[in-house]
Amino acid sequence: MAKSKSKLKGKRVDPKSFSRDQIKFYCILIPIACLMVLPVVYMFNEAFKPLGELYAFPPTLIAKEPTLGNFKKLFELSGTTGVPMTRYLLNSVFITTVTVILNIYITVACAFVLSKKGQYRVTKWFFGINQMALMFVQVAVAVPRYIMIVRLGLIDTWAAHIFPLIAMPIGIFLMKQFIDDVPDALLEAAYVDGAGNFTVIRRIILPMTRPAVATVAILTFQSAWQATEASNNFITSDVMKTIYYYLNALQTNNAVAARGIVAAGTIILFIPNLIIFICMQSRVMSTMSHSGIK
Amino acid sequence: MKALKKRKYRRVNRREDYLSSMLLLLPYLLLFSLFIAIPVLIAIGLSFTYFDVIRTPELVGVSNYIALLTQDEIFLKYIIPNTFKYALIVGPGGCILSFVLAWLVTQIQAVPRTILTLCLYMPSMVGSLMIQVVWKTIFSGDQRGLLNAFLLSHGWIDSPVAWLLSPDHLLTIMILVALWQAMGIGFLAMIAGILNVNEELYEAAYMDGMKNRFQEVVYITIPSMKPQMMFSAVMAIVNAFNTGWIGPALAGSNPTPDYSGNLILNHIEDYAFSRYEMGYAAAISVVLLLMIAFFSKVAGKLFTEKD
Repeated sequence: MAKSKSKLKGKRVDPKSFSRDQIKFYCILIPIACLMVLPVVYMFNEAFKPLGELYAFPPTLIAKEPTLGNFKKLFELSGTTGVPMTRYLLNSVFITTVTVILNIYITVACAFVLSKKGQYRVTKWFFGINQMALMFVQVAVAVPRYIMIVRLGLIDTWAAHIFPLIAMPIGIFLMKQFIDDVPDALLEAAYVDGAGNFTVIRRIILPMTRPAVATVAILTFQSAWQATEASNNFITSDVMKTIYYYLNALQTNNAVAARGIVAAGTIILFIPNLIIFICMQSRVMSTMSHSGIK
Repeated sequence: MKALKKRKYRRVNRREDYLSSMLLLLPYLLLFSLFIAIPVLIAIGLSFTYFDVIRTPELVGVSNYIALLTQDEIFLKYIIPNTFKYALIVGPGGCILSFVLAWLVTQIQAVPRTILTLCLYMPSMVGSLMIQVVWKTIFSGDQRGLLNAFLLSHGWIDSPVAWLLSPDHLLTIMILVALWQAMGIGFLAMIAGILNVNEELYEAAYMDGMKNRFQEVVYITIPSMKPQMMFSAVMAIVNAFNTGWIGPALAGSNPTPDYSGNLILNHIEDYAFSRYEMGYAAAISVVLLLMIAFFSKVAGKLFTEKD
């Protein structure tokens, strides 16, 4: 008995202490991690290189003469339409924030019904349809979506950015699985005490499903921040476009001259993603580990 | 007295409950119908028409599908082989890579694990913009490209190779970049799954004579993780089939040289936005959908727990 216990000590999953056994894992993981991170590091440095160094040969990894010039140029660049960069940034921030908040409420509400109100037939088949929607390719529905937006009179409005992004089937999927695990008895008690559905969601479901909410928030953030469909198809006035779309266009049109600027822009785009992920990643793991993902 | 009270409470409750449930369901239902369900139905409908976005669509029955399967040379000669090669390597390959890395990462302590997880997850957060800038530089065709510079300085090649423009190499590079980005949500799901396997199972197995870690993984870890693996697999398959931007982004042109980097999604975009044949594009997307559904089912069968 003692033998098998000590055998298991260093070999466990999620070890509490360091043991020599683990060195071989580090040997494999660290080079791979470096490989993964290297391009990102390179990208980071690109933004700080003056134009001359960008095209130097042999190419350098770490910037030899770091400068903030690229960032300065980026903000001074107002494009041919006279719209300042900060406006695009503001657009993106506004759209993303509103989308994330609305998405959370709508997703939790819907997932709650799908999970706990199985007695109504509607809920059962709707979840199935939602699952199928996960498999759809965006491009195929681009033109029909455009038709919908036109018919609804939403061209060139904030709603055109926000509404299509809120319907996120994967959010519903994750939330529903998580809410499935909230014990029914708890809800029954609440109902007996006179709570209505809205109160139950606010007081019980939301606090108990924080990890899943965090995950949905991250996923929504990532997709909203990088969304170009609205700026591309539904918005005509430049003032309303997002910074992601703007920088993309910049990259495509001035690949050579604006390389440093684009690199600077890419960092600005990447940083919020990174920060949010670091803050929420433990919650995300906690969501995934829930047996409810069945 | 008590029974009467209970009944009255229930009755009022049921109708109220139904109403408020529907109210809760409504926003998502509405948005889903407007922006996902109805567009998809329209797209399926369009696949049976000839629609050039200017004139009204005219019904042509299944001729789009017939043309696709019999006459579309590019589709049959390049697109299908490319897409299958790409999707079947990146999908299952990405999944396996995710699992292996996830397993390795769970064998070390929590703090280094978090750091390494972040490093491995980082590529998947990178948008298409960064991909273009970084990978284009590495694989750039002239001697300034990082890879070329490296190979030249070591004397392994004589003159710079235009990696991104050669039909032979582009697809391989695309697959590499895709695998680099493959450690996404599925990866996190796997880590969580492995960490959550019941420890007693391991101890029991060791006492029953299990000898090494490889057995441990095959007989205990994987079976315990079926839900997470399925989630990961389905996400990987769907993403692999639905990618189209890597080819043109790396090669800088659409269509890529000799169609070597064109996947089915590029084909759809080509017909939809360049040739303005929406009906045909819609037909291709329906075919794509059927393929994804088929492979998802296969993954489902592999990983569903037999209760």
